[in-house]
Amino acid sequence: MSTIVLYGVTAILLAFSFFKDRKKTLQALRKAFKALENILPEFLVVILLVGLLLALMDPAFISRLIGVDSGILGMVVALLVGSITLIPGFIAFPTAAMLLQGGAGYMQIGAFISTLMMVGVVTIPVEKKYFGLKLTVLRNSFAFVFSIVVALVIGLAMGEL
Amino acid sequence: MSKVIKRYRVFLVVLVLLGIVFLVDRELGRLAFQNAGYTIKEMLLIIPPIFVLLGLLDVWIPRETMVRFMGEGSGAKGVLLAFLLGSAAAGPLYGAFPVASVFMRKGVKFSNILVFLGAWSTTKIPMFLFELESLGPRFALTRLAINIPGILIIAWTLAALVPKNTIDDIYRKNLEMNNN
Repeated sequence: MSTIVLYGVTAILLAFSFFKDRKKTLQALRKAFKALENILPEFLVVILLVGLLLALMDPAFISRLIGVDSGILGMVVALLVGSITLIPGFIAFPTAAMLLQGGAGYMQIGAFISTLMMVGVVTIPVEKKYFGLKLTVLRNSFAFVFSIVVALVIGLAMGEL
Repeated sequence: MSKVIKRYRVFLVVLVLLGIVFLVDRELGRLAFQNAGYTIKEMLLIIPPIFVLLGLLDVWIPRETMVRFMGEGSGAKGVLLAFLLGSAAAGPLYGAFPVASVFMRKGVKFSNILVFLGAWSTTKIPMFLFELESLGPRFALTRLAINIPGILIIAWTLAALVPKNTIDDIYRKNLEMNNN
C-alpha cells in the first residue's frame, strides 16, 4: 500500500518535473543514480548479513529466546535480539503477536520492537558512511538505552510492573 | 577496475564467508541466500523511488528554501516538518540515511536531521497502523506517546553532546559525496 503511494508520488513529481524542465529532470535522475551507486557496496554487505541473520534467527528461534524467560533476563535478551536483527515490519509485528500468545510479556515485546526499529547493528556500514563511526555508535547507544525506558513504560502501562 | 574491486571488497569477503557457511551447513546457507534474495527484492522495490525523489529534491528545491524551513532558526516549524517527513516515509531505516545526507547538503539543522531519523525509525504511519492491529491500541499508543518525546530528547541531547567541529566534518563529507 505505502509502496503504491511512494511510486505514485514519485511518478507524478517526475512527470511534472519533466514537463517543466527536461534538462533539470535528467540531471536529477543522474544524481539519483550516482547517489545509489555510491552506497551500493554498503547496501550489498547489509543485505548479505541480514540474509544470514534471518536464517539463524527465524521466528521459531526468536520465540525460543524471548518466549521462555519472562522478567528482566527475558527483557535483556529481547533488547539484544532486536538490536542485532533487521526484520521488516510486516514480519516483525505478527512475530511479536505470536510471541505474546506463546507467553512472552508485553515488556519484552516492547523491548524487542523498540530496538528492532531504532537500533541497527547490521546497518552500521551504511549509517557509518553518512554519519561517521562516532555518531553512528552514539545514536545507536542512545536508542538502545531509550528502548529500555520504552520497555519499562510499556510494562507499567500493561500492568506487568 | 581495481578501484571497483576495492569499493566492493567488504561485500566480496562477506560473500565468500557466506559461501563457506553454505559448504559447512547447506540448509543454513541456502536459507541465508534465499533471505538475501528476498531483501534485494524488497530493496529494488523501495529504494529506486526514494533516490529519484532525492534527485528531484536536489535539483528543484533551493538550499535557501530548505534552510528557511528546516535550517538553523527554523524553530518549531523545522522540528514539526522533520517529524512529519520522517513519519510519512516508507521503507526500512537504511533508506533514511541517504535522505539525511541530502538534507545536510541543503543546510538542514543537525538536530532536525536526528528528529527525522528518529521519526523514520519508529513513528512511521503505515507501521503504526500495523502495530495497532497486531499488538493492540494500548501497546501501540503507549509506545507512540513515549516515542514522540523520546525522539526529541535523543535528537537534542546528541546535537548538544557532539562537538561542533565533528558535525561540521560530517556535513563537509556529505557535501563532497554528493558533489562528485
